[in-house]
Amino acid sequence: MTSRLPRTASTPAAATLPLAGLAGLDPAFSRLVEVPERSSATGVTRTWHVLDNGAELERRGVRPTGTILCVHGNPTWSYLWRRLLTAATDATADARTEAAAWRVIAVDQLEMGFSERTGTPRSLATRVRDLTDFTDAIDLSGPVITLGHDWGGVVSLGWAVDHAPLLAGVMLLNTAVHQPEGSPIPAALRLALRGGVLGPATVSTPAFLETTLALAHPSLSTEVRNGFRAPYRGAARRGGIGAFVADIPVDSAHESAPELDRIAESARTLAVPALLLWGPRDPIFSDRYLDDLVDRLPQADVHRFEGAGHLIAEDVDYPPVVLGWLGERVGERASLAETAGTTETAETVETEVPRLPLWHYLEELQDNSGTALIEMAPPGGRRPRVVSWRLLSRRVREIAAGLIGIGVKRGDRVSLLVPPGADLTAVLYACLRIGAVVVVADAGLGLRGLTRAVRGARPDHVIGALPGLLAARALGWPGQKISTVRLSPPLASALGVSFTLGDIAGLGRSFDEALPARPDVDEIAAILFTSGSTGPAKGVAYTHAQLSALRDALAVQYGIGVGTGLVAGFAPFALLGPALGATSVTPDMDVTSPRTLTAASVAQAALAVNATVVFLSPAALTNVVATSVSLTTADRRALAGVQTFLSAGAPVSERLLGEAAALMPGATAHTPYGMTEGLLMTDITLDGIRAALGADKSSHARTDPDSTDPDSTDPGGVCVGVPAATTRVRISALDENGEATGRPDEVPHVTGEIVVSAPHLKDHYDRLWLTNRESARGTAPGQRWHRTGDVGHLDDVGRLWVEGRLPHVITSPDGVVTPVGLEQQIEAVGGIERAAIVGVGPVGTQQVVAIVETTPRERRARFATARFATASLASADLASVVRGAVRHPIAAVLVVPRLPTDIRHNSKIDRTRLAGWAGGILSGGRMIRP
Amino acid sequence: MRVLVTGASGLLGRSVAEAVVAAGHEVRTFQRRPSGVPGATDSLGSVTDRAAVARAALGMDAIVHLAAKVSLAGDPAEFDLVNVGGTRAVIDAATDAGVRRLVYVSSPSVAHAGASIVGEGAAVADPGLARGDYARTKAEAELLALDADSPRLRVVAVRPHLVWGPGDTQLVARIVDRARSGRLPLLGHGAALIDTTYIDNAASAIAAALERVDHVHGRSYVVTNGEPRPVAELLAGICAAAGVRAPAWRVSAGLARVAGSAIEAVWRIRPGADEPPMTQFLAEQLSTAHWFDQRQTRADLNWAPAVSLDEGFRRLAASFAR
Repeated sequence: MTSRLPRTASTPAAATLPLAGLAGLDPAFSRLVEVPERSSATGVTRTWHVLDNGAELERRGVRPTGTILCVHGNPTWSYLWRRLLTAATDATADARTEAAAWRVIAVDQLEMGFSERTGTPRSLATRVRDLTDFTDAIDLSGPVITLGHDWGGVVSLGWAVDHAPLLAGVMLLNTAVHQPEGSPIPAALRLALRGGVLGPATVSTPAFLETTLALAHPSLSTEVRNGFRAPYRGAARRGGIGAFVADIPVDSAHESAPELDRIAESARTLAVPALLLWGPRDPIFSDRYLDDLVDRLPQADVHRFEGAGHLIAEDVDYPPVVLGWLGERVGERASLAETAGTTETAETVETEVPRLPLWHYLEELQDNSGTALIEMAPPGGRRPRVVSWRLLSRRVREIAAGLIGIGVKRGDRVSLLVPPGADLTAVLYACLRIGAVVVVADAGLGLRGLTRAVRGARPDHVIGALPGLLAARALGWPGQKISTVRLSPPLASALGVSFTLGDIAGLGRSFDEALPARPDVDEIAAILFTSGSTGPAKGVAYTHAQLSALRDALAVQYGIGVGTGLVAGFAPFALLGPALGATSVTPDMDVTSPRTLTAASVAQAALAVNATVVFLSPAALTNVVATSVSLTTADRRALAGVQTFLSAGAPVSERLLGEAAALMPGATAHTPYGMTEGLLMTDITLDGIRAALGADKSSHARTDPDSTDPDSTDPGGVCVGVPAATTRVRISALDENGEATGRPDEVPHVTGEIVVSAPHLKDHYDRLWLTNRESARGTAPGQRWHRTGDVGHLDDVGRLWVEGRLPHVITSPDGVVTPVGLEQQIEAVGGIERAAIVGVGPVGTQQVVAIVETTPRERRARFATARFATASLASADLASVVRGAVRHPIAAVLVVPRLPTDIRHNSKIDRTRLAGWAGGILSGGRMIRP
Repeated sequence: MRVLVTGASGLLGRSVAEAVVAAGHEVRTFQRRPSGVPGATDSLGSVTDRAAVARAALGMDAIVHLAAKVSLAGDPAEFDLVNVGGTRAVIDAATDAGVRRLVYVSSPSVAHAGASIVGEGAAVADPGLARGDYARTKAEAELLALDADSPRLRVVAVRPHLVWGPGDTQLVARIVDRARSGRLPLLGHGAALIDTTYIDNAASAIAAALERVDHVHGRSYVVTNGEPRPVAELLAGICAAAGVRAPAWRVSAGLARVAGSAIEAVWRIRPGADEPPMTQFLAEQLSTAHWFDQRQTRADLNWAPAVSLDEGFRRLAASFAR
């Protein structure tokens, strides 16, 4: 393979120390190591340049807990790990002697970085042996945790599988150990390997190096780029880069293919903890390689950093992640035996009650001709579609058998890009029944959010309607494609569709065999995506037991059971109907735009099933109320039969809930509080809300607004009621920086992050190890608790009040301020439709700013003064009225035509965006719309 | 304590002298005209007269130095003479007379380069950055004063931001006069947040600094009401208190800066009777945010403003009504 590289590639050169002054690199860590080459009979010695904090630790008198052995890829060098060396060394300055201390050794592989240029190319097997020679030369003792990136990941794993007695863990950043059968290697590498390209691209010019450095998100600074370039100035220094590329095993005949296979297979035998940190924006190592690694290292903790790419070590602040993980998974293993006896005894351990499977009623009612579900406006149909229990049960069985027939296995992930309706319901229960994991991302995420979600979840199969399949094709979503509708052969072929749902059901009909055994209750049943209103959408994994617990919680809380007529005005809610034994109906609505739902559509849906339960999203309520004038007598009669009316997904005002409830005079209105991670945490009725408001008002009336009585600083908020039967709620108090650092507790009147626990709480976040850890931070070990990211407080009677989102907490010089209570006070002012409270300025000294939406709407964004007050407030000074409505000083009042909200609910105000916008305007920036 | 207050004929100087008297100290004032501060004795003279300053400092325990040339335009040499030379004279006199404490009253403009100030603390004074001769010479003088801080003479700098109140001939009178004659435009959209200082609060903060100088010497503190408001609201509030119409016309902030620097240039060649109607400094002041982190100031000086912005407007309106 040397023949493919220019002669200059084999120029020998001695190892050197890096020049001083490379950005972020402490020269004290650099040293040269003489390494005898064991494989050579002639006793050759090679010189390696390595970064090593061992001497510094010794100087500080710190005995390391273990060693992190870092191996860079191509075309980087040990410089890639500079921040880890610094962070690991600095961590030992921590006074706690208990804290684990890590020695970090980052090598420059031979031919690379500042190590020796031997003049001979090195195959993968040679490189793995080289690394062993190195660790032998420095007499490295255990425990060792390997850390590798790119092809350094393969080399580090090769060392790991050969040193089981020393090995305590493996950590990998974007890398690959196996090329899946039948799929080509990445295009960029194919190009680099082409005959006339390899030499010029990798050796004669720095093109490969520069292209790699350009992969950073955000871009690298010139100083850091120069750091990476330092050892590769001149073609003679770059032979290793070309040789490394040439060593990629393109096929099984390649010299390095057997060694790669050996490492890939041996990796399966590793029993040590593993950490995979992944940057999905990598043109070389795409998510499919992550899948392959997860398959080989099933014990691995995985975190995908949305937005990061190939140079994840530059894109992400990884050292604290690595050190945190080591502390948790490796460092404490030694001391585990001592603490084992003293673990939590105060907390009761959750006892799982046996629960019926989700598809229970589909089996029990399989011969029942009663209605299971109705779609008032099925896609492509003009008349409602009515599906009986018998038909639905049969359909589910057929699809289940058919899916098995086309090779869908237990544990396979199936992405459902099907609009809510009968098809989605049937496919969902079929998947659950055979133990396939359903991946549900709501179209409300928008195409970008959906793409991220589907790519991140790596489905093995995608079942979609035409829009979903078009998107899947256009955006290159992974997985075998199945269409819910019959497509013309050219279209099916263009979209890569292998089957239609009809084919699958037909296949299932032809099978006579019984369905396979039920999945275990602790297996993952579904991955639901969060709304993405608080950062990139996260996949939330639920087990079968947890979903059954959710079904049971809803059944108990709202008395929903067999025969209940259920209007699902938030379409995904209809999916739960069959699990509850209820007859569900989806009204005529655009599921992607809940605010278009009309009162007549709700009434007609209610009429179709004699509904006793109606569920509407908060976003839909405004329009339902606004369109209620068009209700006929028959419509009104149908709505009068409703006994339970639910609205959830975002806070609902008492006024709006009351107005909607007035359309259903026989109903008790409820608004549950929950999130994708725990769908029913607390519940409150309309009467309960009114009682809370009354209590709130009277407590305000008692206190003089100017007094310093603590009651006058009551933060208010939205009362979301008391915890559901099986739910526990605690508060982790905020500190002066607005961070939830308090130990979760049930002390009333303390504002902090809301922390919840319930049998129907999520199991974990998918491939987001860090997020999982943060979600359970500071909670009792051995229990499932979830930090909601919402802030609020408990009152004397155990009711929970939500005061806003954690990132929206304002840190004023007088203490933390939560937005919701102030917003409610402002919204009580006549002429103000909605208000947002945000902070501008630095943490700790932020000023509170009110941004309001008025009726009638302003056409342009501006700030409020007497002169510019809106017509509805005529002579009144809007700013002083707003200031007068709240007890906290307001620096400025801004009026906007419309407050920005999330797509899914149209009700969660994007305060983060507003804060940035207000900050710009109030510092003299241009007056633009938010 | 026997305290010398320089510049006590101005609004702030008089208020400070009154506050120091009220705190139970023996006050001597030093300025060109009688101060009229009840309970204080006047010593007349100019800070440019070193001998007069030295006489005034004799027998004093502390000095609060406010005397300065405050203007948007004028002969640069005059600013140097009064603001830098005057401060040097005060420091020398204090040193010679064995005065132990010096409160130098400064301005946030000493550290302001023209960009927005959003919740910052007191940066180090920098004559090179400062805009205009007033800010430049105040910056030089503050550096001189803090440089003189020693175990024998404890020095602290206090920088009240945009002081206003009844009887104010600087900010309030300028705004009201211009608004009355229709020469007060709103720059840009007028939403830039500006924190100001009601006169009583500025005076009480300086008096507090005098009490705390042994603990806070060597440092600078920005003092404000801690109530930033959009500039248009402040202008409207002052105009409303004076019973004149608030600014009714707008000029883009960029245009105002250009116009301001052009007018300044013309003014240098042909100085008018009054100040220039617009300067680059003023344009920047009125179109960028200026508000400060007051936590350190309040904690260190053990002080909090007693008069809120709205109460200040009420008092201002009452003063115009009389």
